[in-house]
Amino acid sequence: MNMFEQARSADSVSGPPSKGDYFFDRAFQWLAKAFAWAILAVVAALLLEVGSKAIPAIKDYHIGFLTSTTWDANKDQFGILPEIWGTLYSSFLALIIAGFFGVMMAIFLTQDFLPPRLAAIFRIIVELLAAIPSVVYGLWGIFVVIPAIRPLANWLNETFGMIPFFSTSLSGPGMLPAALVLAIMVLPTIAAVSQDALRLVPYRIKEAAYGLGATRWEAILRVMLPTASTGIFGALVLGFGRALGETMALAMLVGNSNQISLSLFSPANTLAALLALNFPEAGETEVKVLMYAALVLMLITLAVNVAGTAIMTMTNKQAGGGR
Amino acid sequence: MSTNNPFDSGAGDWQPPDLGRSLTEGRALRSTLLSGLAWACALLASVPLLSVLYMLIVRGGSRLSLELFTELPPAGFEEGGGFGNAIVGTFVTVGIGALISIPFGILAAVFLAELGPDSKLASWARFCAKTLTGLPSILAGVFAYALVVLTTGTYSAPAGGVALALLMLPTVVLTAEEAMKMVTQKMKDAAYGMGCTRTQVIMKVVLPTALPGILTGVMLAIARAAGETAPLLFTALFSNFWLLEEGEMHLMAPIASLSVLIYNFSGMPFDNQIELAWAASLVLVMFVLIFNIVSRVFGQSKA
Repeated sequence: MNMFEQARSADSVSGPPSKGDYFFDRAFQWLAKAFAWAILAVVAALLLEVGSKAIPAIKDYHIGFLTSTTWDANKDQFGILPEIWGTLYSSFLALIIAGFFGVMMAIFLTQDFLPPRLAAIFRIIVELLAAIPSVVYGLWGIFVVIPAIRPLANWLNETFGMIPFFSTSLSGPGMLPAALVLAIMVLPTIAAVSQDALRLVPYRIKEAAYGLGATRWEAILRVMLPTASTGIFGALVLGFGRALGETMALAMLVGNSNQISLSLFSPANTLAALLALNFPEAGETEVKVLMYAALVLMLITLAVNVAGTAIMTMTNKQAGGGR
Repeated sequence: MSTNNPFDSGAGDWQPPDLGRSLTEGRALRSTLLSGLAWACALLASVPLLSVLYMLIVRGGSRLSLELFTELPPAGFEEGGGFGNAIVGTFVTVGIGALISIPFGILAAVFLAELGPDSKLASWARFCAKTLTGLPSILAGVFAYALVVLTTGTYSAPAGGVALALLMLPTVVLTAEEAMKMVTQKMKDAAYGMGCTRTQVIMKVVLPTALPGILTGVMLAIARAAGETAPLLFTALFSNFWLLEEGEMHLMAPIASLSVLIYNFSGMPFDNQIELAWAASLVLVMFVLIFNIVSRVFGQSKA
């Protein structure tokens, strides 16, 4: 009577799903959906966990925490203005260096400068730069970068000491070596995202520029870069976000000194380095205060990253990529 | 009619304009100079990588020996020693991170790519995953500290694993989603035509076809996690002992890792420790590069 039974008996591979299949199907779909929700839950938990642990410190230190400059666990005095300054200053310096090199690299790799095979080698070099762990960069910074730039830094300090950027000598760790290594670490991000932006520009636009008699660089500077500018701006914002949160290289190279100085050669501190150095040995009050500092870092990087992601989504939509 | 009209075939004395460009002309010269600058930038940007690799091979390679893998880290003035426990520790913490993040990431990606790609939930989850990509690694450590260390009352491998899982998750989700989206609709339709349920299509067609792409993401996530230091500093901490000591497994105790060992030893005033830091860096970078290359191989077999 049942045609499904008949079909099954006839040694056919096809057949309706069994009760078990139905059940498994429902369960699996439900599970997958639950894990998609779980991504949202993880982000919410991240904000809540750090936020709630920071509340006691926020009550004790209010907003003055952000503008005070002392950090003394013995006197229960805490302030992170020097760290906020150091975080922004080092990231900004790194962004200038890595922005220039990263965009240059992206142009170099996308605008037919190289035969495909050679371009692939340079592309691998940039990707490998991103693969090296930050702690190895820190070690390299201590034993290669600092000794290498110290003579130049001290000459600059002796000759141009009146300029605030060179007003101190470089005795070891300091802002410049930290910013240089930081620049190397964010360069791959900026180069990769800018390459994507440049590739999204239709080839015929460039051909039109050549057809009008533009030189290669006139085509790049006046046609390609302006067309890809939103994407490149997004790359810079994402690179800046990376730099703000980078920890190890800075903890090892920036010198961990609580001061605000314009000088490139004076030691400084950053939020991430502060967390890395003080968390392992922190007492109960200090942990609360560090949670406050972590919350500040999280809000800064979150704002920058959300802005960067939004810009990238916008460019992809503009280009009709619709990712 | 002007006589220099190029389309006027009657005007036989017409000469084609000189389209050649002199190299000394300002515009052309500027273009050449900028090209030189681009070359210089590209070469200069390659110097750090070559310098890092050179230092690793020279300073780390000189210390490479078998005892590095079998002995414990030396104390202050001791000679010799190795970092066997740190290698084990790195494997254990990264393994815990992978055990959490891979099933989590792939299941979530199934929803994003197959079950509800255009739903509101999917676009929010995608946005959250992209935001997590940019999460500073130290904050993953702070989160695991608040969630696991404060709850269990001890630094441990699972605490480090949770921190690493948080960093691996976005890579796994986003690459797995991309890989599953590459599976053609035709193949899925064929499976539906056979009477497969949605789950069967996903399990028997989509996941196996997308496997190379998914593995690429997984390998990249593992490579990144292995090199992370900041999230382990105050979750896994460090230990000078083996995980298995006198036949007992000390899982809920501080555990060593290569990256934290490099950080700790880099600041020590002893030559022996600094040499060990370089050797550990070499081992760590080799490990990371191998995983990167393997992921590249998987990525190519897909194409």
